Amino acid sequence: MLKKRIIPCLDVHGGRVVKGTNFVNLRDAGDPVELAATYDQEGADELVFLDITASSDGRAIMLDVVRHTAEEVFIPFTVGGGLRTIEDIRDMLKAGADKISLNTSAVQTPRLISDGAWKFGSQCIVVAIDARRRRHADGTVDPTQDAWEVYIHGGRTATGMDVLTWAREVEKLGAGEILLTSMDCDGTKDGYDIALTRAVSEAVTIPVIASGGVGNLEHIRAGLTEGKADAALAASIFHYKEYTIRETKEYLEKCGVPVRRWQKK
Amino acid sequence: MIAIIDYGMGNLRSVQKGLEKAGYASVITADPEQVRQAPGVILPGVGAFADAMNNLRTSGMIEPIQEVVAAGKPFLGICLGFQLMFEASEEGGNFQGLGIFPGQVRRLPPGLKVPHMGWNALTIRQANPFMDGISDGAEFYFVHSYYVDPADPGLIIATADYGLHFCAIAGREHVFGAQFHPEKSSDLGLKILENFGKQVHAC
Repeated sequence: MLKKRIIPCLDVHGGRVVKGTNFVNLRDAGDPVELAATYDQEGADELVFLDITASSDGRAIMLDVVRHTAEEVFIPFTVGGGLRTIEDIRDMLKAGADKISLNTSAVQTPRLISDGAWKFGSQCIVVAIDARRRRHADGTVDPTQDAWEVYIHGGRTATGMDVLTWAREVEKLGAGEILLTSMDCDGTKDGYDIALTRAVSEAVTIPVIASGGVGNLEHIRAGLTEGKADAALAASIFHYKEYTIRETKEYLEKCGVPVRRWQKK
Repeated sequence: MIAIIDYGMGNLRSVQKGLEKAGYASVITADPEQVRQAPGVILPGVGAFADAMNNLRTSGMIEPIQEVVAAGKPFLGICLGFQLMFEASEEGGNFQGLGIFPGQVRRLPPGLKVPHMGWNALTIRQANPFMDGISDGAEFYFVHSYYVDPADPGLIIATADYGLHFCAIAGREHVFGAQFHPEKSSDLGLKILENFGKQVHAC
């Protein structure tokens, strides 16, 4: 039976893992390669590196991080953040990333998804979707309506696009997986947007990674069961050592969620 | 030195790094002669079956592979490399493979998400030195949309369950294939690479 995946996300800035809230108050949280190796040994199923530097210098540093990680870490890892061209994708994959994730560039140039899938295979093209609940003109959310809009530029720019329509489109273009972040829930620690996660999971036949809002292990369980996600991504609960990967898996196993057994040499 | 065949299909470096971590030196090579001379050969690969066969053909790798297998040297196919070891695949039509093992490569059945992506458990069907230190239920990382259906059930070393019990590892004597990625399956995956390395050194 296929297991549900637990994926720690590491934000990388200037070659270091950073912690912060909404890209402010960034604090150094260590060496990405060391942290990645630790998560591997703790039983993480996969890793995501998010390059939040967004400059050409940053890209060179990130490639270096990816190269070193590939030498030390033997679980799959995805790299996202600022990839705009086929050459950017090729460089990351050549450096050792197993998958790359596209967000803003996928919306602006959907062909990047199909070209990437054609050249490198669907399995390594992840499309990240930042979703926000539609609002009334006065900015309030209509809780009776489940409708979400795609945002780009790190959540700063609304596109007007419907999330479910875009999710189906990226699947058709050849994306192998969707990394779905709820902007409403991100940073709240109140749990994933279950309705969103479920709606996208049911709209496509490719795997969906739930992201945004995890505050405790019950939230992860809900995302993987009620939300029907194939994988759960979380950052702060792991970075701040509120829960270990092992505790997470033990909890999920107790709840009857199929997870990879934690094993260590 | 173990030869990892470079024929333009995917990231080979992780296979090399995995072998290195397991204690075995290897060379990534596009030179058919180097493959012929190697004491053990790995055929990795991600991508489409027909493209891969084409690349093997144009790079002159088909004969060396057949010679290595006929000579009884250890050989390991990984993921697409595993599928290529069979007679034919229905991916993109009907394409001929290397035919090292009898059987077909088929599309995973509808109804479940494709690709089959993530960690899945093995059911071990027969004991084999290639599986030393791997117990029943051990989990490995898979990414694939097609699976192999060996014509000879005696080839099946382990299966995994995804809508059907498909062949996850097949082998005979020193020739093996794995549908999953040992180089991406953490400690147990490295153990598999180590077992392969041991066979290369024992031969």
